[in-house]
Amino acid sequence: MNRSIKPLVILLFLVCFSASKSHAQDIEVIKYPDLAKLISSQSDKNKVINFWATWCRPCIKELPQFLELYNKYNDENLELSLISFDFVEDLENKLKPFVAKKNIEAKVYLLDETDYNAFIDKVDPSWSGAIPATLMVAKGNSKRKFIEKEFAEDELEKVYLNFIK
Amino acid sequence: MKKNIFLVFGLITMAAVLFASGNKEKIANTKVGFNVGDMASDFKLKNVDGRTISMADYKDAKGFIVIFTCNTCPFSKMYEERIDLLNQKYESKGFPVLAINPNDATKQPDDSFEEMAKRSKNKGYSFPYLYDESQAVATAYGATRTPHVYVLNKKPKGLAVSYIGAIDNNHKDADAVTQKYVEDAVDSLLDGKAPKVTSTKAVGCTIKWKDA
Repeated sequence: MNRSIKPLVILLFLVCFSASKSHAQDIEVIKYPDLAKLISSQSDKNKVINFWATWCRPCIKELPQFLELYNKYNDENLELSLISFDFVEDLENKLKPFVAKKNIEAKVYLLDETDYNAFIDKVDPSWSGAIPATLMVAKGNSKRKFIEKEFAEDELEKVYLNFIK
Repeated sequence: MKKNIFLVFGLITMAAVLFASGNKEKIANTKVGFNVGDMASDFKLKNVDGRTISMADYKDAKGFIVIFTCNTCPFSKMYEERIDLLNQKYESKGFPVLAINPNDATKQPDDSFEEMAKRSKNKGYSFPYLYDESQAVATAYGATRTPHVYVLNKKPKGLAVSYIGAIDNNHKDADAVTQKYVEDAVDSLLDGKAPKVTSTKAVGCTIKWKDA
């Protein structure tokens, strides 16, 4: 009896599990060259690239501002990318559940790199490596702005609108 | 006469605007804190064992490995064993590790002095773990993240900042490290040479600053 039920229970569990996860986006694991492409590819959108991690408290605190920005301007010409520094081992058990729970629709990437010194300056020379940090690239790559800090309340939208003016 | 006054007033305003904007640029472009080659300031900070420690106490030291770190940052945790190994390797050679936690405990309760003392005891730290409660030391040094290392070389003139940056080039796996930045810097100084690599960058947790 017990033996015959077991696979059924497992199947049921798997079905429920995958169903609950079906809404969550696939998170792409990328390397620095992919990030470089993301930053510098020609686009008619204004790019906002936020560097964060689920373990970074100030990042999580400012995250709602980014999600709000996405909701408000994604249909206009915002391209928001959330670049997570979570460890790739934590993709399934930390990052994916977090993204699903917060219902994040903006594109999330996990940057799986270890040799940070090799690329931080390439993202921006003024970046010390601390997160949160945010890079804004205006459409057509016409200008850039790098901000290494946590945005104060309601600050992100102002900075963004001022930047794309 | 009136015209002249306007002219003078106008010029003063223009000068003020230019000065202000120029100043702003300057502030934005100048890194606060020490650069490689600067003389670092000493400090007096409370260690987890209750003693107050300053670099002047270390009469025989040839220099110091000052590391801003904390209890809570995942990178700091990944590196704490390597920090201890650094101290075990270099304390006897004249370069002790001095770890400093600059995080505001009201923002990050697990970085309180009590929690620091607990962690140091539980993990058996061989190095002093100092509490920068006022954040004055982190500010003076220009530390931005944890872990953030400053290698200081004792010279007649003072403590010359000889290296600023990461411990090595692989936070995840000590065995996969191909560049031991701090060890290389200290080894060079022990050889009486200038370090080849004097600054590196790494992703780390932002120091949790007190609200201004």
